[in-house]
Amino acid sequence: MSDKKRVSRRQFLNYTLTGVGGFMAAGMLAPMVRFAIDPVLKTKEGGDFVSVASVDELTNEPQRFEWTIDQVDAWYESEVQKTAWVYRNENDEIVALSPICTHLGCTVDWASNEEYPNQFFCPCHAGRYTKDGTNVPGTPPTAPLPRFEFKVEEGMLYLGETKDSGGGV
Amino acid sequence: MLQKIYDWVDERVDITPLWRDIADHEVPEHVNPAHHFSAFVYCFGGLTFFVTVIQILSGMFLTMYYVPDIENAWKSVYYLQREVAYGQIVRGMHHWGASLVIVMLFLHTLRVFFQGAYKKPRELNWVIGVLLFFVMLGLGFTGYLLPWDNKAYFATQVGLEIAAATPFIGDQIRTLLAGDPSIVGAQTLTRFFAIHVFFLPAALFGLMAFHFILIRKQGISGPL
Repeated sequence: MSDKKRVSRRQFLNYTLTGVGGFMAAGMLAPMVRFAIDPVLKTKEGGDFVSVASVDELTNEPQRFEWTIDQVDAWYESEVQKTAWVYRNENDEIVALSPICTHLGCTVDWASNEEYPNQFFCPCHAGRYTKDGTNVPGTPPTAPLPRFEFKVEEGMLYLGETKDSGGGV
Repeated sequence: MLQKIYDWVDERVDITPLWRDIADHEVPEHVNPAHHFSAFVYCFGGLTFFVTVIQILSGMFLTMYYVPDIENAWKSVYYLQREVAYGQIVRGMHHWGASLVIVMLFLHTLRVFFQGAYKKPRELNWVIGVLLFFVMLGLGFTGYLLPWDNKAYFATQVGLEIAAATPFIGDQIRTLLAGDPSIVGAQTLTRFFAIHVFFLPAALFGLMAFHFILIRKQGISGPL
C-alpha cells in the first residue's frame, strides 16, 4: 500500500465509531420502524360474500340495498353498514355498484338531482355517473363507480368486495 | 455530496462552531478507560442518557397504537404486543428499559457520591440530578398504570394511598393525581397518560439540558 492510500488513525477511528454507532442505531430503530409501518405491510383478507337481497326484488331501476358486516378494526369490533345500488341491465345481467364517489369519496344517489333523472349524482361536487356507473365527462370524477363482486345462490344475491371497474372517461 | 450540502449550509449560517462546541472537547486522562480501566465508572451517566433515548423513541412508537381509555387500554396493549410485527420487542424495550434506566441512574449517583464529585462548585448539578431522579421515578410510576391490567391497577391504588398519607394535604394530592376522590378509573388513566407522555418528559428535557450545560461549563471533576 502506498503512503497516499494509508488510512490515518483519525480516519480509522472515525470509520469504526461511525460504523458501530450506525449499527447500534439501526438495531434500535429497525424494530420500531417495522412496528410503525406494520399496517402498510399487513395483507388484507378477502371479505366474505354476504346475502343482500332476493334476486326477485331486482328491477331495471337501480335500487338501494343495505346490509351489515362485522368489521374488526384492530382491537375494536363493530358492525358497519354497507350499501350498493343494484339493478338488471338490458341484457338481464346483474349490476351492483358501490355508492362511493371516485372523486373524493362522498356517497352518490340515483336520480337525486332533478336535472339528471337517469344518472347517479354526488351532492358534494356535482359529480355524475351514467346508469352503468361510467363517470360523465366534464364532472369531477375521473373513474367509473366500483362494482361489487357478486354471486347468486338459491335465488339470493350475495355481494363481496368491490373492485375498480377500470378505465374511466 | 453530503460534504457539499454541509459546506453550502455552513457557508451561509456558520454551523461548524455550533457542533464543535458540543462534540469537540478533550477527555481527561483519568476519565478515559483506555488509560485506567477503572474509569469505566464514568460511563454510567452516558448510559443513563442512552437508555433514556431508547425510552423516548420506543415510547413515541408505542403511542401509535396505545389508547389511554379504560375500555380500550388493555385491548390496545394486547393488540400491539400480539398482532403487530415487533410489538413484543418495542414494548419489551420500553418495559425493560424503564427498569434499566433506574439502575444506570443509581450507579451514576453512586459514582458521583463516592468520588465526592458533587462538592463545590458542583452542588447545583447534584440537586438537578436528584430532581431528575424524582422525574424518572414519576415516569415509572405513571407508566406502570397505562396497560390497565390488575397489577397496574392495584399498584396505582397503593401508590395513591401513599400519596394520600402526606400530612394535611394528602387527600387533595390523591384527588389531584387520581382525578376523583374515591375512584381509580377513567380520569386516573387519562391523567397518568398526560403526565407520563407530556408533563414529565417536558420536565425531564429541561432538567437534562441544564444538567449537561453545567457539566460543560464546570468540566468533569478532577482525579481522586
